[in-house]
Parts: sequence; C-alpha cells; structure tokens
Amino acid sequence: MFLLTPDSGLIFWMLIAFGVVFFVLAKFGWPVITKMIDNRKQYIDESLENARKANEKLAQLQEETAQMLKQAQEQQSKILAEAVEMRNQIVEKAKTEATTEGQKLLEEAKQQIAQEKESAIRDIRREVGVLSVEIAEKVLRQNLKNDNDQMAMIDRMLDEIIDKRNI
Amino acid sequence: MRNRKSDKITLIVCSLLLTICLLFPSTAKAADDEGGKFNASEMIFGHIGDSYEWHFTNIGDKPIAIPLPIIVYSHERGEWFFFSSSRVVEGETYNGFYIAKDGNYSGKLVEKGASGEEVRPLDISLTKNACALLINSLLLIILVLWCARWYKKKDKTSDAPKGFVGFMEMMVSMVYEDIIKANIPVHVQRYAPYLLCAFFFIFLNNLIGLIPGSANLTGNIAITLVLAFCTFLMVNLFANKEYWKEIFWADVPLWMKPVMAVVEFLGIFTKPIALMIRLFANIMAGHAALLALVSVIFITFSISSVLGGMMTPLTVLFCIFLDFLEVLVAFIQAYVFTMLSAVFIGLSQAHHHEEHN
Repeated sequence: MFLLTPDSGLIFWMLIAFGVVFFVLAKFGWPVITKMIDNRKQYIDESLENARKANEKLAQLQEETAQMLKQAQEQQSKILAEAVEMRNQIVEKAKTEATTEGQKLLEEAKQQIAQEKESAIRDIRREVGVLSVEIAEKVLRQNLKNDNDQMAMIDRMLDEIIDKRNI
Repeated sequence: MRNRKSDKITLIVCSLLLTICLLFPSTAKAADDEGGKFNASEMIFGHIGDSYEWHFTNIGDKPIAIPLPIIVYSHERGEWFFFSSSRVVEGETYNGFYIAKDGNYSGKLVEKGASGEEVRPLDISLTKNACALLINSLLLIILVLWCARWYKKKDKTSDAPKGFVGFMEMMVSMVYEDIIKANIPVHVQRYAPYLLCAFFFIFLNNLIGLIPGSANLTGNIAITLVLAFCTFLMVNLFANKEYWKEIFWADVPLWMKPVMAVVEFLGIFTKPIALMIRLFANIMAGHAALLALVSVIFITFSISSVLGGMMTPLTVLFCIFLDFLEVLVAFIQAYVFTMLSAVFIGLSQAHHHEEHN
C-alpha cells in the first residue's frame, strides 16, 4: 500500500519544482515558441495565398499577352496588305503619270520642231529672196553696162508690162 | 553526415540496452548477496519506490550510492534537523531518527514518540525522487529556454529549426495544435503554458525514468497527485457559468436534477483522480513488469544454471521489447494526460449555444 500513499515531502518538492518550471516556462519559454509557431503558420498561410494569387495573375497575364500578340499579328498582316496595295497604287499612278508626261513632252517637242522648221524655212526664204535680189542686181548691172542694152531692157520690160495689162 | 548521425543513435541505443542488461542484473545480484537469497518483490519495490540515498549498484559488498540530505522537523522536539542520509541508511540511529523496518512507516524516517511508538516527523528530505525531480525540472527548464533562445534571434520568415530545436518545435506544435487548440475554444493563451508544461514534464520524466539508475518519478503517486491537482485548479478556477450550471442545474427533468447534481459534483473530483491514477499506474506497472522480467533471470538461475542459461536470452529479448514499449507508453501517457486535461478545460469553457449546435 505504500505505493498508493503520497509522500508529503515529495508533494512539497513537487509543488515547488513544478511551480518553478511552470512560472519560468510560462513567462520565458512557451510563449516565445507558440507565438513563433502561430506567426509562422500565419506567414505560411499568407504565402500560400499570395502564391495562389500570383499564379492567377500570371495566368491572366499570359492570356493577355497571347491576346496582345494575336492582335499585333493581325495588325501586322493588315498593315502589310495595306502597304502592298499602296505600293501598287503608287506604281500604277507613276506609270500613268510618266506616260502622260512623256506624251506631253513629245507633243511639245513636235510642236517646237514644227515651229523651228517653219521659222527656218521662213529664214531661208527671206535669205533666198535677198540673195536673188542681190544676184538679180548683179546680173542686171552686168547686163546693163551699155546704153543699148539698157534701152533694150527697158523696152522689153515695158513690153512685158503692157503684155500683162493687155492680158 | 546522415550515416554518422544514425551511427551515433545506434551507439546510444546499444549502450543504453547494454546498461540495462548490465545494471539490472548487478543490482539484483546485490540483493542476492545481501539477503543471501534473491528477493524479487523487494528488488522491484525498492526500484519503484523512493529512498533516502541514490543507490546505483553494489560492487562486491560495497554499495555505490550517493548520500542525500535529510531535512526533518521533529514535532516532539520542536526543531529542524539537517543531516546526511549516510548516517541512517545502514540501520543506525542518528539524533533519535532511524528508518523504520516495518509497520505503517516501513522504509521511512521515524523517531520514537513520548509513549515509545514510532512517530513520523515532518519530512521534506531531498530523497532520491525529490532530487531527481529537481534535476529533471532544471533540465526541462534548460531545454525549453534553449529552444526559446533560438527563436529570439529569428523571425517568421526564417527557416524552420533543425536538430533538437526542430524536434522540440514539432512536439510543441503537435501539443499546441492538436491537443490545446483542438479542445479549448477560447482563452488558448491562458491554458497553453500549463498544458505544454504538463506534457513535457510528464514526457521527460517518463523517458528519464526508463534510464536504469534514475528515479521512477511519474510512477510515483505524489507527483501525479500534484499534476492532477493542477489540472483540477485549471479546470475549476476559470470555469464559466455554463459549466457550473451544467453541474448543479443540468438540462434534465426536474426530479433528476438533484441526482445529476450529486453525480456531476463528484465528477469534478473523480476526473482529476482518474488522471492521477492512470498516469501513476501505467508508469509504475511498466517499471514493475520490466523489473519482474529481469528477476526471472535470477529466479531461474537460482533453480538451475541450465534453466537460467536457457531463459536468459529469451528474457533479455523480451526486456528489449518491453523497453521499446515503455518508450511508446512514455509518450502515450503524456499525450493522454494532456489531452484529457485539455478536454476537461475545454468543457469548463464551453458555450451553451455551441452545445446546442
């Protein structure tokens, strides 16, 4: 039965020892550890939550990026098509312009050539006239050196004029 | 690194087992030498109980023991006495004090009263158990404060601790999350230190109690009595109105109310008493079974050396098995004590609407 009767001396020491253990550890031991456990638990929870959010955000961003890429590609092809069209237009326009310009130039050249030709012909004619008068003068002077010839000439010419009037 | 660690652990376990195998037989042999004949029950009760000196073993006839201080107050003479246990352990009388051989106070320090009967003085001697209690308490304080110091330099973003601090954090976390928070709905911070203290105090003392040569603390009813009393205080001091209403005015038909009040009122005391007996009986029985098994070796050897030789390997194997079982029990009993304390505290904090839900 001695096992079942608590010894008062041991109870006394146990009260002291356990009391001291309790007060020391309740003040300096457990709160530090449990607080850290709580804090770390909270931190891990928060981190998990943040990671989840970040993942969601990342997925969203990826989706957005893909969409943007797609849009950009579409725009690119559109711009390219427009550019090709515009180039064709420009080339076409340039061609027609060149043709009309050429035509015009050709026309003008022809006109100028014609004018030049005309004036040249006129010049030549005038020149030829002057020359023939001079030649005629020279020929006349040669032919009318003596009075007989002059009189013969005058007669002939008078005859010619009379002939022309008679006709 | 891991290999070295596991080697170390193996070494520790092996040396522990070796000590168990060596120490128990030698102590038992001492009993054999002293009494002339091996007395199993004397050996077993000697190991389970308390004593005034810390006896390890006998080498030949010479006991290897540490004498401990005896502190007594004599009611007869009205003064304090303080002396070494080495003056009385051999059966001598010192200053009128001696250790009773039989009777009510068998094994305790007594003095002769006025009419010649044995009287027990007020005895607060540092016995083997008291001494072990102080050492283990100091050890517990050091271990926990060491862990707490680790946390002082860290914050929540630091890595989790490794090694011993990591082990302690795992245990603290287990008790804190699974026992305390799971059972106590409110004022967790008020109860957590006590329950953690109780768990680690019981667990540490259970484990140390398994080391040969140490004291059997948690298998001593005085220790479990104080622990259960603390739980009793924790449950009843801070109990709310609902708790007392449940006890004295339970939700039962009117004619049942007085009966229930008596039953519930008794329950206030039977719960901690059950805690006290459960822990004490489990640990004490474990030690007794282990010691009894060791005794088998000596009993069989005293019958015949052939029988003894045959039984010894079997007994040693069984002892090893039982030792592992006791390590498990050491944890389970600490867990159960803390768990039930937490449940009782939780009941004392229960809210009425919660019960209806």
